[in-house]
Amino acid sequence: MISKPHDTAARHTGEVLLDIRDLVVEVDNSGAWQPIVKGISLSLRRGEVLGLIGESGAGKSTLGLAALGFTRPGCRIARGSVSFNGIDLLRESEAARRQIRGTRIAYVAQSAATSFNPAHRIIDQTIECAMRLGGLTRQQAIAQAKALYAEMQLPNPNEIGDRYPHQVSGGQLQRAMTAMAMICKPDLIVFDEPTTALDVTTQVEVLASVRRIVTDHHTAALYITHDLAVVAQLAHRIMVLRHGELVEEAETGRMLADPREAYTRSLWTVRNLEKPEEAPTQPILKVSHVDAHYGDFKVLEDICLDLPRGRTLAVVGESGSGKSTLARVIAGLLPATSGTISLNGAALASSLKQRAAGQLRGIQMIYQSADAALNPRHTVMDLVGRPVTLHTGLKGHACARRVVELLEMVELSEHHITSFPSELSGGQKQRVSIARAIAADPEVFICDEITSGLDQLVQEQILKLMLNLQKELDKTYMFITHDIATVNAIADNVVVMQRGRIVQQGPKHELLSSPTHPYTKALLAAVPQMDPHWLDGVLNDSTARLRRQEALRQSALV
Amino acid sequence: MHIDHADAPLRPIKYRRSRLSMLRKNLKRTSWPARIGLAVVILYAVMAIFAPVLAPFGEADVVSTEPFAPWSLVHLFGTDQLGRDVFSRLIYGARNSVGIAFITTTIAFFIGGSLGILSVISHPWLDYLLSTLADTLMAIPQLIFALILLALFGSSIPSIVLIIAVLSATQIFRLSRSLARNIAVMEFIEAAHLRGEKARWIVAREILPNILPTLLAEFGLRFCFVFLTISALSFLGLGIQPPSADWGTMVRESATFISYGNITPLLPAMAIALLTVSINFVIDWFLDIASGLRDDQ
Amino acid sequence: MGSGFVTLFIVSLIIFAAIAVLPGDFAKVALGRSATPETVANFQRSLGLDRPVTERYVSWIGGALKGDLGLSFSSGSGTPRTVNGIIGPRLKNTLFLAALAALISVPVALLFGIIAAIRRNSWLDRSLNALTLVGISFPEFFVAYVLMLLLAVKLPIFYSLARITPGMGVVEIAERLALPVATLCFGIIAHMMRMTRAAIINLLSSPYIEMAKLKGTAPWIIILRHALPNAWAPISAVIAFNLAYLIVGVVVVEVVFVYPGIGQAMVDAVRSRDIPVVQGCALIFATAYILLNLLADVIAIATNPRLAHPR
Repeated sequence: MISKPHDTAARHTGEVLLDIRDLVVEVDNSGAWQPIVKGISLSLRRGEVLGLIGESGAGKSTLGLAALGFTRPGCRIARGSVSFNGIDLLRESEAARRQIRGTRIAYVAQSAATSFNPAHRIIDQTIECAMRLGGLTRQQAIAQAKALYAEMQLPNPNEIGDRYPHQVSGGQLQRAMTAMAMICKPDLIVFDEPTTALDVTTQVEVLASVRRIVTDHHTAALYITHDLAVVAQLAHRIMVLRHGELVEEAETGRMLADPREAYTRSLWTVRNLEKPEEAPTQPILKVSHVDAHYGDFKVLEDICLDLPRGRTLAVVGESGSGKSTLARVIAGLLPATSGTISLNGAALASSLKQRAAGQLRGIQMIYQSADAALNPRHTVMDLVGRPVTLHTGLKGHACARRVVELLEMVELSEHHITSFPSELSGGQKQRVSIARAIAADPEVFICDEITSGLDQLVQEQILKLMLNLQKELDKTYMFITHDIATVNAIADNVVVMQRGRIVQQGPKHELLSSPTHPYTKALLAAVPQMDPHWLDGVLNDSTARLRRQEALRQSALV
Repeated sequence: MHIDHADAPLRPIKYRRSRLSMLRKNLKRTSWPARIGLAVVILYAVMAIFAPVLAPFGEADVVSTEPFAPWSLVHLFGTDQLGRDVFSRLIYGARNSVGIAFITTTIAFFIGGSLGILSVISHPWLDYLLSTLADTLMAIPQLIFALILLALFGSSIPSIVLIIAVLSATQIFRLSRSLARNIAVMEFIEAAHLRGEKARWIVAREILPNILPTLLAEFGLRFCFVFLTISALSFLGLGIQPPSADWGTMVRESATFISYGNITPLLPAMAIALLTVSINFVIDWFLDIASGLRDDQ
Repeated sequence: MGSGFVTLFIVSLIIFAAIAVLPGDFAKVALGRSATPETVANFQRSLGLDRPVTERYVSWIGGALKGDLGLSFSSGSGTPRTVNGIIGPRLKNTLFLAALAALISVPVALLFGIIAAIRRNSWLDRSLNALTLVGISFPEFFVAYVLMLLLAVKLPIFYSLARITPGMGVVEIAERLALPVATLCFGIIAHMMRMTRAAIINLLSSPYIEMAKLKGTAPWIIILRHALPNAWAPISAVIAFNLAYLIVGVVVVEVVFVYPGIGQAMVDAVRSRDIPVVQGCALIFATAYILLNLLADVIAIATNPRLAHPR
């Protein structure tokens, strides 16, 4: 059994390794310096794992980089001190800082795919530090790297280093990057959202390897993430940051059991949002036996599902499962190669051009990225007013009045009407997208990951808004997501997809509480829980683990 | 005008943004090189438009019996080899040299821009055809290609304008195609298709506003390039033909004077250089505000 | 690779088409008003203009591949002047001038472009930026005459005309070529430096460069080991692209300094509408340009690990 590092005594007695005092980091905003980290202090003992959590703009990555005495171009450290092992990094010369970086303090970036140099083999990048500063010979360094690859549970640890970064999968690269960080046996590693870009089932594997290696080598770590459940598995202590300031700091167990600040508590709420399942109704949209292809490649196979009127169907799956493709096929953007789709009993033509205006109006899409979905050169009036004009014929002031009504429905106000998207926040932009979809007065909304680009708090607000709108307008939603918490919050029925097929579907509670298909089980098991012992549970239950692997293998064969 | 009440049922809603205030805001952000550049560009435009009023003598009038007269109060920059007033010809040159380059660039943009957007929104085979054509035309250095065509068709103003316009259009085609393509894959274009918008709307309202600032900047750069190419051709004796006053031709006609340390032949060349530098300054500023339009808070 | 040769073939077709679409009365223009129908027919026959188009193309391109570009229109009866005879000696001169300019400008432009990129927004970068902006804005003949006025007339250091004779040694030729080369370099360095700077800045903003910094890698190792292997493709593209300016520059500079190269020959031929000579020069310029671009493509492919090591 792998012991959770929680209980080691070292962190209480160990010496202070990293001590950051009153750190202020400023960013150059066209000539004016604006603070993004506003006087944060933290200290970290040898072997301790500190979780930094916060939403975008909290300054957590900037803080993490400052631990290496580094700032991104356009930023500067205005005040404060960063002392590592008693050395004040900010007062040292750049050359002295370079001696420490990579050897004593290492960094693991979010996107391994872009952080590995495409021109060199993985092994050469892994051992670069060890040879230059660690004083190892090439043979020794390579042997060390291979041992670390094995520890990180990379397949073929002896050969994988000979590959180039583009020849290796994202999850494997992320583990190779952790091995690269470990090569000089540093005292401290800064992990900057290392699993955020990964699918949940991959994330579990990477998390487990990261935790094992950090524990085994008694390495201290700063673990930066926006996901509380992830950090709960690794950190002894958690700091919650917001707008560059510290909100709350506590031991992991206390933080999860008894968060003191309202903001900290609010980070939980989206996970606790739960829509009571409602009684089934007649289907408004029927998809039967639909296949679709990109060129010769089959991307959807034999898709059959019903959308009951006034209910929400969640479509769940990992990247590449075909869930967004399904949305495009239903919307008519990608014509189905076989099968039928019918709305209100009338068959829909497979391609967009052949659909009647009323049918186009009947299905509206809301996209994940409002930045991509809203024309940056249009004002809110243009964006929302256009579908109003197209579908109702209203123009000028009458149209503007309708737009204001719609804005009020999505909890925006009249003064937003002349705004460009760039002048709105992420949540406001997504509200404009929703208002634009309502403007067409559709039967069905297809929501493609509409909350996944947003911060937790905003996610919750958007989900609540969608629930209210559904109640008021009696609309039908198809909600595409990879996030089980979102499913819980909004769905009545769930469809699980994998490799272009539906592997399981049914009412939410039935499916979530007793998954029958092995892939569904694996997917649900991989979702991090707030319980700090969740990862132990997943990993230690060896029968469960075997079963999960078996399930993955089977589902791969299907 | 009636006075608004906060809760009047039919209170008019202000849903349009004032363009004027945005323009004023942007003009405030000009740097000093941009201001000088802008002033020069305006000066040239005035010179081109009011040349007959501003010039003391006619464009092709032989006004002095003395060829190559030195600088004097009557003839500010002296006279040329035929006894024509150099100062007047410089002013007329703004009309000919700048005007022809402007017309050429406009035609090039019309051809290149519309074909570029067309190839994005129409069938893939048309895109392939146009792209291959543009790539082939671009495989020969532009000046060399222009020389071949001029050898064939002879040097006249219409043939120069058309030849340079078509050759420049290839670059503009490439740029507008790649710009439009980047926009065409955005989800707001998909959303417009889902609304059932016609191609005309999608081009005019969804794509164009997003690529226009870059295209405008390109217009400035391309104008400089066209202007320099035509001047080079005129200088080589293959461009705008006498007796039209043209800066490139004027340099060519009086070039021998350099050997005597006379700077008169440099004046038209300086006029060319000043304009292109100024335009580059203005473009720098323009690109700055154009990128600001997108992420300005 | 193959596409380069296809382009070359199409370009040769276009250049050849110059003759095929030749206006019918061209012979009259060439021979003057006194031409009788017989002399016109003779003229056309002597140039092979009476044969079918495809046959003419095959014999022209076949000749060109063997190094024979045909007869100039300036050939009188009984005094044949070959295009080779006109271009041949000049080609060497032009190549020498262009090579000298390239040899100086490429290293200078790359060096300063990289320095400007690394020292981005420093006073050095800003002044280089202003200088290159001026460099790309000035017409070549302006730069040429200013240099001539200052360095040959006011301060007689260099020669204002680049007249060379067959007997001259390399050093003497290089001395005479100082001003033409300086003029060419001024423009090319400006263009090439700006593009190099942009390409390197783009490269240095990659996450893997930040990662290298965070691994404690020294700046010069970052440049040599992490940036350079990825820079070959953009840099070779920049060089190839800018040698087009060299071609434009060569034509103008040769005329300004009265240098006997093919640029000047081409301009004279265009003026006298001596089509075979124009074609010959164009073919040489275009081939050089296409081969350079092809070379840039080959370098880009050879240095791309994604292509060298497929999945």
